[in-house]
Amino acid sequence: MKRIILPLILLTVFLASCAPVDLNAPIPTFDTGVDSNAWAQIPAGKFHFGQHEDIETTEAYEIMITDVTSSHYADFLNAAFADGYIKIDGEKIVGFYPGDEFHAVKHEEEIKAGNWVYIPLDDPSQRIKFDGTTFTAQEGYANHPMTNVTWFGAWGYCEYYDSRLPTEMEWEKAGRGTDERPFPWGDEILRENANFYSSRDPFEDMSSFGSRTSPVGFYNGTIYDGFQTINSASPYGLYDMSGNVWQWTGDVYEGMHYRFMRGGSKDTYDMDLRLWVRNNATPTYFSPGVGFRCAR
Amino acid sequence: MQFVKDRFNYLFNSTKGLILVAIAMIGIVTAIWGMLSGPMAEMGVREVVIKTLGMDIVQAEREGRIIILYHSLAMAIVAIETYMVTGLLKMKSFFKTAINAIITVGYILTMIFGMGFAYFGHNWAFHGIYIFGLSLIFFAGVLLVIALWPWNPEYYITDKDYAHTKSGFDLERAAFFATAVTTVLSALFGAVPGSFFGNGFEVFLAENIIRLPEKSTMEYSVIGHLHIMLALIGIMITLIIGRWLNFKGILHKVAMPLMILGTIVLNLGVWGVVTPFEPIAHMVIYVGATPSMFAALLLLIWDWDKLIKDGTAHIQKPNLGHKLSALVRDPLKFGPTWQMLFMNFTTSGIGIFMAIRLEQIFRVWPAREERIELTGHWHVLSAIIATIILLYYGDMNGFKGKLRQWYGWSIIILSDIAFGAVTVFEMKRLFITEAEQQPLVNGLMYAIDFGLGMLLVILAILLVYRLTDLFKNKGRWVEELEHELVQEVNK
Repeated sequence: MKRIILPLILLTVFLASCAPVDLNAPIPTFDTGVDSNAWAQIPAGKFHFGQHEDIETTEAYEIMITDVTSSHYADFLNAAFADGYIKIDGEKIVGFYPGDEFHAVKHEEEIKAGNWVYIPLDDPSQRIKFDGTTFTAQEGYANHPMTNVTWFGAWGYCEYYDSRLPTEMEWEKAGRGTDERPFPWGDEILRENANFYSSRDPFEDMSSFGSRTSPVGFYNGTIYDGFQTINSASPYGLYDMSGNVWQWTGDVYEGMHYRFMRGGSKDTYDMDLRLWVRNNATPTYFSPGVGFRCAR
Repeated sequence: MQFVKDRFNYLFNSTKGLILVAIAMIGIVTAIWGMLSGPMAEMGVREVVIKTLGMDIVQAEREGRIIILYHSLAMAIVAIETYMVTGLLKMKSFFKTAINAIITVGYILTMIFGMGFAYFGHNWAFHGIYIFGLSLIFFAGVLLVIALWPWNPEYYITDKDYAHTKSGFDLERAAFFATAVTTVLSALFGAVPGSFFGNGFEVFLAENIIRLPEKSTMEYSVIGHLHIMLALIGIMITLIIGRWLNFKGILHKVAMPLMILGTIVLNLGVWGVVTPFEPIAHMVIYVGATPSMFAALLLLIWDWDKLIKDGTAHIQKPNLGHKLSALVRDPLKFGPTWQMLFMNFTTSGIGIFMAIRLEQIFRVWPAREERIELTGHWHVLSAIIATIILLYYGDMNGFKGKLRQWYGWSIIILSDIAFGAVTVFEMKRLFITEAEQQPLVNGLMYAIDFGLGMLLVILAILLVYRLTDLFKNKGRWVEELEHELVQEVNK
């Protein structure tokens, strides 16, 4: 009997590991009260950039105070589809991108001018639904960040509205202000500050579907059904600059096809939420943990 | 007073005592600092440990802390390997005493003051002592190189069972020497950028800059340093295990030249990353790694063949069952080479697979997924080396009968469960999406935590046993005090 205990435990763990995930499990809905259409003014000037706090300078610019939401993106798709800015290609939404200069550096892949994937429609965790004529945000996700969007899809959205993706410097300055803080709100992180891996927010269930996105601006000091949040806005009033979803940035670096993301996400440990942490991926990459916001 | 003096003499003046102290130090650091990261962090244990121990840590300095933690653990492992080398190989007693004393002071200072600096407020005197400790270890390494000098006719051999030249030049000793020399030089390879980046505190973790097409010479040096040091620790433990098992015969004669060649070429390749030969450095590294790994394979073949032959000597015509039973009858002799083989499924093989399918994997995955693969890869490699040391240490403890079986198989099975699960975790993106991964991740985490957690429990039991033994007047420690590793080499 004793000899089979360990194999039995292992078998149970193995079977539990194969359990299917309900990607459409009900999600609590909350109105955060944060205006996702608002923009913050970032003044020109110096700031501390990167882990080693190099002094850099930006011009003045505006940046969205929240990530682009699923609802925003559905509106964009409807408008852009109507005027031919995007097309449906099988189970994908594609749009034109003018391409990058190619330098044939080691590991660099060429990004040519042409139609590139904006979003997949057939991904089971896609929160944008298409009924053949209209794009809508999945119920419960309208005020959540737009996810499963490629860098091209993020770039296309911002371009469509006469804005652009923020550069890495702009992104970091907007999150950090002019001091050396590692998080938008200060030096340390608590579970009530942001949506990160196993942060015990109302949207996660680590025994089944794991982490899910939270509505934009969720961590603003409000109590939601007993869940107390801390106001975690950046010095310039931006929300979700740490956690929830990684955010695409706009830089195209010479000799690299990779695009950079900032901010950490619902799926990463707190260390990745530090404002200088960089992630990157090929621009066609999409994930339920990646979104974006625009600057102008 | 005599009571304390005798124990102190055992712990710091005998090879097995020194190894016990180092294993205990590593065990304590691993147990405590393991609670600061996942899954203990998610469960809230991290905060309790930080408060209880009065740690003073901030998020912004994580990279620097981790670098000191890695060095503290690695230096203790280097010390253990050094004790094993001085206990197994002939050398002048002055060198043996000096090397062991200097490296012991070195790693203990490194560990205590390094961790003190990193986790308990930044007392810069502690940092200075930490650097002093590292310097002592370096100096001990230089002494080891001198002590191993293989051209000394005193160390020439004539036994035809072992690899040597016509003049008697001992090729196994030369392999130890080559590994020691290159380790010392490769330590410098890290010390130079360490000083460069340390002057201004611009620390970084290598896994965070892998995708940058342009890297500075110093950044390449850091990346090269961490790779080659781990490889050399792996090569050294392979040589040590070979010596303990008394590796000999034709395979020994083939393996030792390969080991020397592989070690030298591998190092040249790694050092080449900071030279104009950088574009071909990886190719040189592959060329160097191949003979080293082939030499380890020859050790495995010899070991398994010997285990089978010894275990079936009493059977006239052994069948496959008899042979398999003979192979696994002693987990402490079978385990080290098995772990070397298993390493290919969890590190080397995975690395080669990733390299072959680069366009489908790393060119597509986000950097963070690549980072998981890279850090998992070398954590497993480090931990496999640690399990091999523990298996050898089990033999040093003289475990016999059921205790030997339980100890040996527990280490092998528990660690392999954990390492296997880590490997699946690293590769999960090949077969499951991010949205659907959580149950799999949970299962893998249970397997990893169960395997590593139980391994630490076994280590704790071992250490408690050794601690209680120290209170006995005629405990095992008395026997070990006069017993050198070379006397326990397989006949």
